[in-house]
Amino acid sequence: MLQNDQNNTTTMVLKPTPWRAAAMLSWREMIRFLRQRNRVVGAVGQPILFWLLFGTGMNRTFDVPGQNFSEYFVPGTLVLILLFTAIFATISIIEDRKEGFLQAVLVAPTPRWSLVLGKVVGGTALAVGQSLIFLVLSLTLGIRVGFADAFGVAALMAVLAIGLTCLGFVIAWKLDSTQGFHAIMNLLLMPMWLLSGAFFPVPVLNAGAGWGEMALAGVMRINPVTYGVAGIRQLMFPDLVDGWSEVIWQPSLVACWIITAGFSSCMFLGASRLAMRPTRGDLL
Amino acid sequence: MNSAPAIEVAELSHAYRDRQALRAVSFEIAAGEIFAFLGPNGGGKSTLFRVLSTLMPPQHGRVDIFGQSVVEKQFVVRETIGVVFQAPSLDKKLTVDENLSQQAALYGLHGAQLRQRREEVLQQLGLVDRRSDLTETLSGGLRRRVDLAKGLLHRPKLLLLDEPSTGLDPGARSDLWRYLQQLRDDFGVTIVLTSHLLEEADRADRVAVLHRGQIVAKGTPAELRASIGGDSISIECERPAELAAKIHQQFGFEVSVIDELIRFPCPDGAAGVAQVMQEYSDEVHSIKLGKPTLEDVFIVKTGHRFWQAEDAAVAS
Repeated sequence: MLQNDQNNTTTMVLKPTPWRAAAMLSWREMIRFLRQRNRVVGAVGQPILFWLLFGTGMNRTFDVPGQNFSEYFVPGTLVLILLFTAIFATISIIEDRKEGFLQAVLVAPTPRWSLVLGKVVGGTALAVGQSLIFLVLSLTLGIRVGFADAFGVAALMAVLAIGLTCLGFVIAWKLDSTQGFHAIMNLLLMPMWLLSGAFFPVPVLNAGAGWGEMALAGVMRINPVTYGVAGIRQLMFPDLVDGWSEVIWQPSLVACWIITAGFSSCMFLGASRLAMRPTRGDLL
Repeated sequence: MNSAPAIEVAELSHAYRDRQALRAVSFEIAAGEIFAFLGPNGGGKSTLFRVLSTLMPPQHGRVDIFGQSVVEKQFVVRETIGVVFQAPSLDKKLTVDENLSQQAALYGLHGAQLRQRREEVLQQLGLVDRRSDLTETLSGGLRRRVDLAKGLLHRPKLLLLDEPSTGLDPGARSDLWRYLQQLRDDFGVTIVLTSHLLEEADRADRVAVLHRGQIVAKGTPAELRASIGGDSISIECERPAELAAKIHQQFGFEVSVIDELIRFPCPDGAAGVAQVMQEYSDEVHSIKLGKPTLEDVFIVKTGHRFWQAEDAAVAS
């Protein structure tokens, strides 16, 4: 029943602030994530399982000076957790559309970039949080990372997570089914991760390299994720990496930061511009 | 007080890739009215709703809400309207309270103001004891109420509802109408809704019938019924086409045959029934005399039966 209220006829003074709206939307992402246990398990459990299985299986055959595969694979697993969490966070745009939640956001007096920012901040916080859990786990294996370097790893992961979440946003914005997203994930996002040096090193090109190796090395070098993985690896194992230049191609740490930050900025701009334009999908 | 009409639409047209959804529609809705757009699915209601709710900019023509253009003053307009979509726009994984806070953040409500308004709408819609429940656990009727609470949170002067009765049982539907009427009576909120239900449109102050992208009739339900005049007679019989032709020839009534049922408006119903029965009592199975319904209005104005028009629109 409606209760009579004298104040109700007066118009409210509204001061919509895009930042506050974005903060609320990112909080929502986190709450939603934590209330869906299977998502938590999927995003952290699968990479850890990969790490355990591949680490055990490949340790004997893996040949990089001074490191076994379990250790080599830690930065790659961190990035895989980032990738999975970013994807699960942005896939929710498709659900938001279908369930009607997005419509209410689209007719609110808030610019659309705050929607993008909310998703991205929420997705990034979740991704980095989960990766940090794994990072702490990996420290129990005898990997020693100094406090300053650990902070650097977390910061670089955050920058990379922004880029990956925005990439997920760009893909999800135009799709109308989660099945479509999975197809793109298998075709684009998983190869992006596989070809980032996460799973096997970027080869050094010398005179004897064949076409296939040239092509592979080229793709791996233009893949922006490569620089995130390489940066995390250098921060975690600074002493080892220096001795690898003969066998493994490594960009400098400065290049890793610049390219990862550039990638994330471009993806954020792309996502905001995309969301700005009304699409047919708004009307679903 | 703002003296501008709640909604003023001039020559609004909208086309999708291959289909003209609205054709130069013009109308005005006064502040404080309950106004219903009635029409079969595919008649143009959804398109009109999307434009009024600012989800979609108008392609041609002008749309002003409380004197402000939906294009030039989009955000000002958005602050004055509350929108309730056909599909509840709730986050199922959040509680009722959390859904309201989410909405509040989008409209710039926070702190003490938010807490006060949230209490008010929860009270108004009888949701206080469900406030901590996840919305996925609520029934359809309750979800609609939460959605309405969301739409009302920022105290809009105009409330837009798209097919608000969809998925509601008759009890919840009549509750909804009671809320809407109280909102209008107590708080002066203008209410504009779309519906494909004839009996629902009958409860509005004014109705516009949308058919194939045009407004074919507009007025109070009583005016609309009066516009086709007199009474309405419907006849069941063995061979309706034949009998219809005979009635038309002999008495000059504008007869239509729909679903094996003869139907025609008649200025003096009692006399009409007597005339028909005198001549054709052996052919008539049943004859019914009634006041014209909005359905009769629709038939007369469009030449279609309401539900047939809907099928045709869906098929096309």
